[in-house]
Formats: sequence, structure tokens, C-alpha cells
Amino acid sequence: MSKLLEVDKLSISFSQYVKGLEQRELKVISDLTMDVNDHEILAVLGSSGSGKSLLAHAILGILPLNAKVSGSMKYKGEELTEELKEELRGKKISFIPQSVNNLNPLMKVKEQAIGYIEDESEKEKIQKKQREIFKQYDLSEEVDEMYPFQLSGGMARKVLISTALLNDPEIIIADEPTPGLDEKSVEETINNLVELKENGIGMILITHDIYTAINTSDRIAILYLGYVIEITETKNFSGHGENLLHPYTRSLYQALPENDFKLTEGHQPSYLNIPKGCPYHENCPNKTDKCDNILPELKTIGNTIVRCFNPLDGGD
Amino acid sequence: MNKLKAENINFSYNDHQILSNLDFEMESNQVIGLFGDSGSGKSTLCKILTGFIKDYEGNVLINDKIHDKGYNPVQLIYQHPEKIMNPRWKMEDVLKESWMPSDNILDEFGIKKEWFIRYPSELSGGELQRFSILRALNPKTKFIIADEITTMLDAVTQIQIITSLLKQCKENGIGLLLVSHDKKLLKRVCDKIVYLSDITD
Amino acid sequence: MTETNKKPNVLIPLNLRTKTLLIIVISALILVSVFLSNFLIDSSSLTSNFLNYNQAPSLEHIFGTDWMGRDMFTRTILGLGISIGVGAFASVISTIVAILLGVLSSVNVVVDEFVAAVIDLFGSIPHILLIILVSLAFGGGYYGVIMAVGLTHWTPLARILRAEIKKIKTTEYVKLANELGKSKLWIAKKHILPLIISQIIVGVILMFPHAIMHEASISFLGFGLPPHEPAIGIILSESMKYLSMGYWWLAFYPGLSLLILVLLFDVIGENVHKLLDPTSAQA
Repeated sequence: MSKLLEVDKLSISFSQYVKGLEQRELKVISDLTMDVNDHEILAVLGSSGSGKSLLAHAILGILPLNAKVSGSMKYKGEELTEELKEELRGKKISFIPQSVNNLNPLMKVKEQAIGYIEDESEKEKIQKKQREIFKQYDLSEEVDEMYPFQLSGGMARKVLISTALLNDPEIIIADEPTPGLDEKSVEETINNLVELKENGIGMILITHDIYTAINTSDRIAILYLGYVIEITETKNFSGHGENLLHPYTRSLYQALPENDFKLTEGHQPSYLNIPKGCPYHENCPNKTDKCDNILPELKTIGNTIVRCFNPLDGGD
Repeated sequence: MNKLKAENINFSYNDHQILSNLDFEMESNQVIGLFGDSGSGKSTLCKILTGFIKDYEGNVLINDKIHDKGYNPVQLIYQHPEKIMNPRWKMEDVLKESWMPSDNILDEFGIKKEWFIRYPSELSGGELQRFSILRALNPKTKFIIADEITTMLDAVTQIQIITSLLKQCKENGIGLLLVSHDKKLLKRVCDKIVYLSDITD
Repeated sequence: MTETNKKPNVLIPLNLRTKTLLIIVISALILVSVFLSNFLIDSSSLTSNFLNYNQAPSLEHIFGTDWMGRDMFTRTILGLGISIGVGAFASVISTIVAILLGVLSSVNVVVDEFVAAVIDLFGSIPHILLIILVSLAFGGGYYGVIMAVGLTHWTPLARILRAEIKKIKTTEYVKLANELGKSKLWIAKKHILPLIISQIIVGVILMFPHAIMHEASISFLGFGLPPHEPAIGIILSESMKYLSMGYWWLAFYPGLSLLILVLLFDVIGENVHKLLDPTSAQA
């Protein structure tokens, strides 16, 4: 196991214009530190509409121009600069987008997968490989000639996965791979992702679906209002969540309908109103005065990294 | 006791048959879960029951009468609450478009008065969904159709919202149809689960 | 307490909002002063003075004088004032027509098709030809020009309003308002009108430059304002006879002024648009 990608104190914010051209600042990712190894899936779990996708865009270097980014990233120990991102994008670092809407609607599936290649022999080689990979995923030659709108949900998912595999990536970033699929397709997709991991790929799985996260990943990073509040081993999502150390993570697990379906008071505010201090202090049962004003740093407890002054006891 | 009945509903869109010969019935003391895969026409059914889609075949009857004009006693809560709110309105106006609930009910849903002067784009998904539910809890409502209302929210928010909604429905004799792709959730809270494939051809 | 900063950043002295407002205010001030100077100018400076005829621009007559010794600067300002006046009247007429048709189109499908056909019909006839015909039909002069320009410039705005109303009517929040038992009139007043009002404002401002240019064109061609008015179109057409004699300032300055006037309206329109619809300013 070696570290493929490290993210250190990454923050992403946007300045937006609202009515009357008032300007406001929207912080979508704050102080994010995490890493991913080969043979590993790291799930990044956060609620919908939280701009999790922007994390993927930041790693790939495809953020919109009005985004402000700070912090650093490393690929195999090497500083991941914009030039390096561009070099690796679509090759060593590959992306599985959220939906077929990310494909060009006027281009056949095959052509999008291989992209534009001038050299004929090179093109033939890639074409052969594309067919091979598509075949592994039960995509017949008919699919090659289809346009994105002709693909069913499950088929589209497979096309997106196999397209991402074309250049032998080391890291795959998958953005919400399961919503909108029927049960069978979800299961298939999960199996496909796990299989990729077993073949050595390091994967960052960005999702709001806790089931997908639990069923695929080795570790889960939980986001709350853009802050990573806990990175924990997936196996800790079991029992009554005794080994989850952050109060929010534990409430989240206990609130699942198949677990305790336990009610916790308090509500998650909008990104425009991120509270001062610990982002969770307004809802936290264990908060102290310190939590109101000071943002806790990430600290390591056993194999867990947690952002909390008073983390819960393991086995509590 | 109020009764909501859909008989022989057919709906197609661009020559694509989405619902065929659907029959469904519920009473206002029930909480029914409706399960179906995505793309199976659940949302279409919700919109037909609540008047958002009008060009369907068949009848939707409330106490054996077709609703025509005025306040629809069957109200929809939607997966994306921001879509059923005018983006240029403040939350107070959004809420008042239906009614002004008592402070007790506002507290029950954890709604703060300070949110009233904000625009929909300035609230989180969970906060917006609370407003959307309150709007549907108008005293004139007899049935609420909740279409994947917690799909975009985290589990902590999901249970808060569902619990408050169930409580209000019980207290006010409102029938609730909870539509979801999450069978575990439906099993937890519903009296009965209906599979969409069982009530259509 | 929030960490986000909703107020304009004080460290940068001119943020986009201030800049936009400043541009709008300055442009509007210029236009208003041009228009008002119409009423303040002493008409004695326009009497013929054959001692000073055809003088090149100088400090005394910065735009020069014409063949009757009249100050070209004064004439130009007066001409611009007339242009703004005609533009304003014509825009009001066009806006009323556009709003009527836009609202009419939302009544039902048949009416909507009819409105669409009328918009296309008017849009497809060459503008200048149509303006001349309408102007003649109304008997020419001020009245004719205002009616002609007014009755031909509503098509783009009507098209926008028709599309916009249609879009708003199909939104989920309007459908919900309907199910909450709100009347059509209530929905139109509370949901639709506030959303199209900004389109109307921008549409009217952007109509000005077109109206002004067309007024000038047909006056230039002799179908517009009567020849004794100092309209820019007339000034330009008169100057044609003198250009070959080297009196370039007779056409250059009035033409340039008209161009600047038209651009100012464009600038205001664009900036107001940014202010009302911030997504267009994003980037």
C-alpha cells in the first residue's frame, strides 16, 4: 500500500453575484485533509447540493474560473500543480461523472470513449482496447455505435466506468455513481467499483448515499458543511455505531431506518450561514464554550481522524 | 374519513406509456408507502394525484368527487423543494401563499422566524423542505403525497422531517402517501407498502 | 454570526455593483442633460449669421458653423434632444404593444399562435420600408415618425415576453399556486409580473438606440421629420451637399454625437440588465 493522492487543507470558495450585484462568498469545501492509497476506496460522504463534486473538479483541475482554491495536493508525493493535473487528467487520474449528461449528446459512445487520435495505428490499438473493456462490462458492439440518449441507466453507468478505464488509471474519482439506478444496477455498479479496487486502483468515491459508501469503501470521510469532521474505517459503521467518534457521524448512522432510526434534534444550516467555531456546535449535545468560537483541528485517535474537541468514547 | 381514489389511470408522454390502468385507493387515517424503481413512473403518479399533471386519462376522486377549482385537498411535497418556490420571494411570502401555521407547529419543525426574511437560495435543502411540508399542512389538506422528500437529505434530517410530518398528519387526520426508492425507510414508518408494479398493468 | 461576507468588500474601492451603478448614473446624466439643454438653449444662437458661414471648428464654435452661419454644436444638441424625444415616445408605444401581445399570448393556444404569426409577420418586413409606409400612412411629420417607429419596434420585446411568460407558467411553483387555489389573476400579479418587469425595463432601454437610429435614417431619406427641424437625420442629409466642398465637420460631429448617444443607451441597458439579472454578470 502506498499513498497515491494526498489532499492537504484544501478549501474551495466562490464569490457570487446576487440581485443588485451584491457580492457574497460561498465556502463549499473548507480545510479538507485526506489521502487515498492503492487498493483502496475512500468514500467522501456529504449531503446533496453541497458542492462535493467540486472536490473532484479541484483534483482534476477543471474548476470554474471564479473558484478560489487554497491548500495543496500531492500525487505520489509530488506536488500536484495545474500542469501536472492536466498531464494526468484522463490518464493516470480518471473521472467517472455523475450522469450521461456529462457526455457529448451528438457523439457516438465509441468516439467519446477513445477521443481524438490522429495517428492511425495508435487509434486502432486504442479501439481494440476499448472493445475489450466494453466487452468485460457486457457492452455489445451495438453500444459502440449508440448515442448517449439511447443508453439505459445501468448501461450508461457501465459506459462511463469503462470509458474511465481506457488509459489504465491509477486513481479514479467517481462522482455519485448510484443514484437513479434500480436495485440491480446499483448492486452491479457497486461490484464493479469493488473489483476495480481489487485490481489495484485507488478510488475516491464521492456520494451522498450512505449505503453505497458502506458497501464499497474501506474508509469513509464524512463532510459536514464542507468540513471533513471524521475519516473512519468503514467497518466502524456497524452495531450501534459505537466506534464512530464524532457526534454527527454517530447520529447519522443511528438515524438510518435499518438501524435505530433514532431522532437527533437540530438542523444543518445553509452554506451561506456556516457557524463560527465548530461547524456542528449548534446541534452538538457535548459542546463546550470552546466549540462556539474555535474550529477544532483534525486529530488522530487510533485509526480514526476526527475534528472534535470532545470526541465520543469508542464503545460508548 | 376521507377517501382518495385513482381509477384506471393511463398516462403517456411522447408515445411512451408511463402508467397503464393504474388503480389506487387510500383513506385519510393511513400512512401508505409506495415503492418503485427510479423511472418507473412514481413521480408521474404523484403529479397526477396532486393536479400537477392534468392531461391524463382516468379519474382521481376525493370522496368520490373530482376536484376541479380552488384549493386542492391533495397536496404534493416534492424531492426538490426549491422548484416549488418562487426564487424571488422571501420565505414568509412562500409560506403565506398557503397559510400561516401557529408558533407551535413552527417549533415542531424547528423553523426559526429569522428565516422568514431570507430567499429560498439562502436556505439549506433541509430547511427548505421543512417550509415545503408546512405549506402542505394547510388545514384544508386531506391528503399529502410525499415524493422522495428526503432523498436529497442526510439521514439525521430525514428522520427529523419524517417524524414531524407523521405526527402532524396523525393529529390532523391527513392521509400520507410516502413515495420512496428506500424500502427500509418505508418499512419503518408505513402501515402498508404498495408496489407500483402491483397496481399497474 | 456567519463567516460569509454579504457586504461589498471595503478593501476594493470599486466592486462590480458600484462600478455598474456609476456607469448607469453617468450615462443617464449625460442623456438627461442633452435632453434638458433643448429647453435651455437660447434660440438666438441659431439665427442665420452670414458673417460666420462655413467656419471650421474653433474654440468659439467647437463643431463649426454651417452655410447659414448657424452654430453646429447648438444644432447638434437640439437634434439629439429631438432624437431622444422621438425615441422616448416611440419606445412607450412599442412597449405597450409588446406587453399587450405578450399578455394576450398567454390566454390560450389559438391566440398564442395568432400572436406568434403577427410577430413573425412584422419581423419579416424590411424595417425601413415598413417605417416609411407607416409614417406616410399617418401623414408624416412628428406624428407620423413617432407612430412609425413606435409601431415597428415592439417585435423583439414581444417575443421575449411571450417566451418568458410561457416559461414562468410552466414552472412547478406556478402549478403549486394553482393547486393552492390561487386565481389566474393572483398568479399573474404575484408570480409572473414581478419576474417580467425587469425584462420590460431592459427591453425598453435597449429599444431606444434602435428607435433613434431609425428615426434618423428616415429623416435622412426625407420621409421623416419636416426639413425645418434640426433633427440629426436632416442635418446629415443637408450636409451631403457640402461634403464635397471640404466642410467635413457638418456631417462628422453630428454623426459622431448620434453614435455616442446610441452607445450610451446600449451601455445603460446592458448594465441595468446585469443589475437585475446577476447571472449575466457571473464570470
